[in-house]
Amino acid sequence: MDNKNKQRVVITGMGIVCPLGHDIATMWDNILNCRSGMSQTTIFDATTYPTKFCSEVKNFDFAKYTKNPELHQNGNRHSKFAIGAVAGACKQAKIEVESENPNDGVNRRRMGIYLGAGEGPVDSDIFFNAIIKGWDESTSTMDWNKWADFAYSKMQAQMELEQEPNMPAAHISIYTGARGPVRSCLTACAASTQAVGEAFKVLQSGQADVMIAGGAHSMIHPLGIMGFNRLTALSTRNDSPETASRPFTASRDGFVIGEGAAIVILETLESAKKRGVEILAEVIGYGSSSDAFRVTDMHEEARGAVTAIEAALKDANVSYKDIDYISTHGTSTSENDSIETLAIKTVFKEEAKNTPVSSIKSMMGHLIGAAGAAELISCVLAIRDNVLPPTINYNDPDPELDLDYVPNKPRKADINIAMKESFGFGGQNNVVIIKRYEN
Amino acid sequence: MTVAITGLGAATCLGLSYKDLWAGLCGGKCGISRITAFDPESFECQIAGQVPAFSIRDYVPKSIRKTTKLMSRDIEIAIIAANEAFKDSGLKTKAFDEQNITINPKRSAIILGANSISCDLLEIAPSIAKGAVDGKFDIRKWGTDSIETVTPLWLLKYLPNMLACHIGIIHDLQGPSNTITCAEAAGHLAICEAFHIILRGDADVALAGGGESKVNPIVHMRQALLKRATKEHNNNPEQACRPFDADAKGGVFGEAAGCVVLENLEIAKNRNAKIYASVAGIGQSCSINANYEFLEADGKGIQYAIESAIESAKIKPEQIDLIVPHGTGIYAEDVAEAAGIHKALGSIASQIPVFPTKSMVSNTGSAAGAVDVIAACCAINEGVIPAAKNCDNVNKNCKLNIVKEQIKKRINYALCTGYTYGGQTAAIILKNDNG
Repeated sequence: MDNKNKQRVVITGMGIVCPLGHDIATMWDNILNCRSGMSQTTIFDATTYPTKFCSEVKNFDFAKYTKNPELHQNGNRHSKFAIGAVAGACKQAKIEVESENPNDGVNRRRMGIYLGAGEGPVDSDIFFNAIIKGWDESTSTMDWNKWADFAYSKMQAQMELEQEPNMPAAHISIYTGARGPVRSCLTACAASTQAVGEAFKVLQSGQADVMIAGGAHSMIHPLGIMGFNRLTALSTRNDSPETASRPFTASRDGFVIGEGAAIVILETLESAKKRGVEILAEVIGYGSSSDAFRVTDMHEEARGAVTAIEAALKDANVSYKDIDYISTHGTSTSENDSIETLAIKTVFKEEAKNTPVSSIKSMMGHLIGAAGAAELISCVLAIRDNVLPPTINYNDPDPELDLDYVPNKPRKADINIAMKESFGFGGQNNVVIIKRYEN
Repeated sequence: MTVAITGLGAATCLGLSYKDLWAGLCGGKCGISRITAFDPESFECQIAGQVPAFSIRDYVPKSIRKTTKLMSRDIEIAIIAANEAFKDSGLKTKAFDEQNITINPKRSAIILGANSISCDLLEIAPSIAKGAVDGKFDIRKWGTDSIETVTPLWLLKYLPNMLACHIGIIHDLQGPSNTITCAEAAGHLAICEAFHIILRGDADVALAGGGESKVNPIVHMRQALLKRATKEHNNNPEQACRPFDADAKGGVFGEAAGCVVLENLEIAKNRNAKIYASVAGIGQSCSINANYEFLEADGKGIQYAIESAIESAKIKPEQIDLIVPHGTGIYAEDVAEAAGIHKALGSIASQIPVFPTKSMVSNTGSAAGAVDVIAACCAINEGVIPAAKNCDNVNKNCKLNIVKEQIKKRINYALCTGYTYGGQTAAIILKNDNG
């Protein structure tokens, strides 16, 4: 497609439900005041787990965002978060929700959804107990009849359905009436950056006028935390949850898992102008790549990350010299923070040390599938307010990692172009670049 | 630019090759049988489409064979389909000959449909059993005594993106990579996305499709609880799935993987590749239904997807010679899908030959769309529409021209439709580019 025919794409709404708040203003205030969302795990009893804390969404009531709570009450945690985030984003973008005859200038057949969404948390009580009923330890065999009898008596159809990863998108389509292109992806920790990037491409190529894009995920359940603990990916700093996420420091020992939903309304410039809505930023570039290296490790030379960053810069038609801020993946794991720093140095060369980079995961935790979109929202706010969100808990720099990580407090800076990078298990790399909107 | 399909690969209950799939479909062969992966006696639905036995080691290069330990069944069958698709395309990837690679890895994409992979219950059962106190699960005991007995890389077997990651490693695909998790519409939607990635110039070659195994106690039971699975035909698996038949009693679920290779038509022609078809247009929408598990009654989501696909293909409904529908064999869904097809195509809809595949290959979730696109490619390529199976008494509420006897004719355009519980819908129009 030649450049002339490409639609310009802008952001006209943002909404969030995350450990740092249930709306954008609260979340941003917490970030600029360097507050941590981490504490003892309460969603389930994790007291004997290697990691006993996390970053939870607290006191969230989805019902206040809907006239039809019965349509969403079976939804899993992340679907409910998604409703809250979509409500905020649509309100800002002046898109009507739950309306039979919307009068907002958006043709529902030209409005789509692209979510990076996870599976619903497993109902672990049923899952574990069905196995215990069926398993015969003496013979190491499963009696499937016993398993099935228990499962049939306990499992509920609707709750089972809600474990499927396409269900958050289903709730959003019924909530907003969106009938355009609807997709859901799950590329581990890079999913919602990919969702925003692909939604941008859907709009750029004229397949829709408006896309509801972002992520929703919660892996804070007994199997999820077990899985990450077995991978030794999580911090075990149980005596100090608020300081556990410490990206780019020498003492980092893993990520802190979070949960939530983050949504942006992407819209063609033409549609936004026609509707007369406020433009928050412009999306100008997207790059996606795969390490194709190992399922367990990132490529030692950051091959995939570099490819994705370079692809996004090329797509945006800007140079690394033009980037004013990088919102890193910055998980606080030993591997990610080293490889990511290497990737930035490789692409940004002489500018690497002059380009501020930070990780709000130090406060928010890692929202897995929803992380990228939440962090992209912080990029929009950084541009709006000309302020760099900090990396907190940066008290013992890793001598090998020598970029400007915006340590411990926010900082004023002129920010016109910001880059969001996300890297997922299995070598999934996605990068989105946004710019201050200029006519 | 025109995007061509130049390679096909499949692993289905009809065999470990797309050739087995096509031969089976043409021969009216049903791959659905009693479940052997676990004892299904206490399950409402005891039948499934199961992929025949294989050894995954035969499909993974020696140098990385130890990674087979990290492969769940969904990953394994997807690898088989991907291998065949690349071999069939004539493109040389790292998997076949490291010295003579004919793809540019950084310009090669992989977009697959996948679902959250069902946990292998037998693998984790011993650990969970250790977490029991007096026959009941005790989370503190599990945390103290059992977690450390779970294999360290357990989680990596079950992340949906691992199908694409393993295949990407085997064939060295370093370009755009995505995993579409839209359940039964995921295969179609993955092909739609890959089509656009080639069109916009972000890759030269894309492997697209999907893979999933629903032959797992949890997901199999889930479909039964949702009343999407038939319980009427446990003793008669070959007759069980009856798309668009008046006696349709529900779906039959199974496992499969399907992959196609997409590339720029001109480049494909220059290398004398076999061109199965080109992608003429795609459409995407969704069904909106308070009963999330079923397609909405008026089929509007299907209608909109087909209308968008026709618009993007710049054709008229009467140019379509074949429809490969989703056709689940769930009575209400068949009626709803037919309604959507009628609204989108108008009066011609009742005349276009319709060939549903699920009576023979079962509903394979994220793979279903890819399996159907492969069937449509074979039909176009051979000028043959096979006879439908188990549709002896066409549901008069559907008013579709279900193919009764094999038709031999040139197919210019074929339409594949897909939808899923949860609502996402898709339509793909394929064009015959030969002659």
